[in-house]
Amino acid sequence: MIIEFLSQTWAWYVSGPLIALIMLLLLWAGGQFGVSSTLRSMCAIGGAGKQASFFDYNWRAQIWNLVFIAGAVIGGFIAHQFLQNPDGIQISNHTVNDLEALGILFDGQLAPKTIFSWSNVLSLQGVIIMILGGFFIGFGTRWAGGCTSGHAISGLSNLQLPSLIAVVGFFLGGLLMTHFLFPLIFS
Amino acid sequence: MKYLKYILIGVLFGIIMTKSEAISWYRIQEMFRFQSFHMYGIIGSALACGIVITQWLKRKNLTSLDGTPIEFADKKMSIPRYLFGGFVFGLGWALTGACPGPLYTLLGNGISVYLVVILSALLGTYVYGVVRDKLPH
Repeated sequence: MIIEFLSQTWAWYVSGPLIALIMLLLLWAGGQFGVSSTLRSMCAIGGAGKQASFFDYNWRAQIWNLVFIAGAVIGGFIAHQFLQNPDGIQISNHTVNDLEALGILFDGQLAPKTIFSWSNVLSLQGVIIMILGGFFIGFGTRWAGGCTSGHAISGLSNLQLPSLIAVVGFFLGGLLMTHFLFPLIFS
Repeated sequence: MKYLKYILIGVLFGIIMTKSEAISWYRIQEMFRFQSFHMYGIIGSALACGIVITQWLKRKNLTSLDGTPIEFADKKMSIPRYLFGGFVFGLGWALTGACPGPLYTLLGNGISVYLVVILSALLGTYVYGVVRDKLPH
């Protein structure tokens, strides 16, 4: 009964406040809500401090954040195993049609299987979407000093103008990619 | 176990992100196409609650569990750093349908190929660290 209830798509007015609760819990625990810095920590742990001083810092003080994201992996596993929505995800018909026009068929999964599969990694499309896309995430978040959690939630919650500029940048990049570059990539 | 609480908060975060479908490539497409309120509702309501929480914490001067004060540092003002950096991240957000938090949670959801995206993000972070002195900040 409870499992069935929790297995539905969680409404935005439930999910949003819960994300704010995550921010509060992390602050209360002595950390803060900002996920992209874990990428910097992992570079530092891998020894990147020898090549670039940017990675020569006390990453040990950031281990809590790596533990947090390990939890985020486990949480994804739990939700996938025990709280999966039998109906799959449902999105706007307009989006389904727009994507179909690009040759991407909506499959009700979290991400289109035809794109996000191991056999597609080394195709031109796969390289652009997964490898270049990932590179942009890592490069851009560190340049901007944060991602959706650090700027759009933590920074804007603290009324930081720099975070507002960053969020404007996020959307300019995302809109340009979706509306102007997707038609080229998926043609 | 000083790390136990972080793993539990992380688990909760992973479940929320999965069940809200904020980790879905399709949901991010809906958002960038302005065809659903869902993602805007999530970010907007998280932000509304976040503002109240942050202002409350600042006024109360509360301390965290280990007794250190909860502090909020102001971010150093710049336009190019946030605008250009944010723009580059936005390109990647639309391509992969994920920001850093969801990247990890998608792995837990069994979409193992997102490991490629995470490794590429590590490479991007590394290259940023190497060339950062040449970029406007």
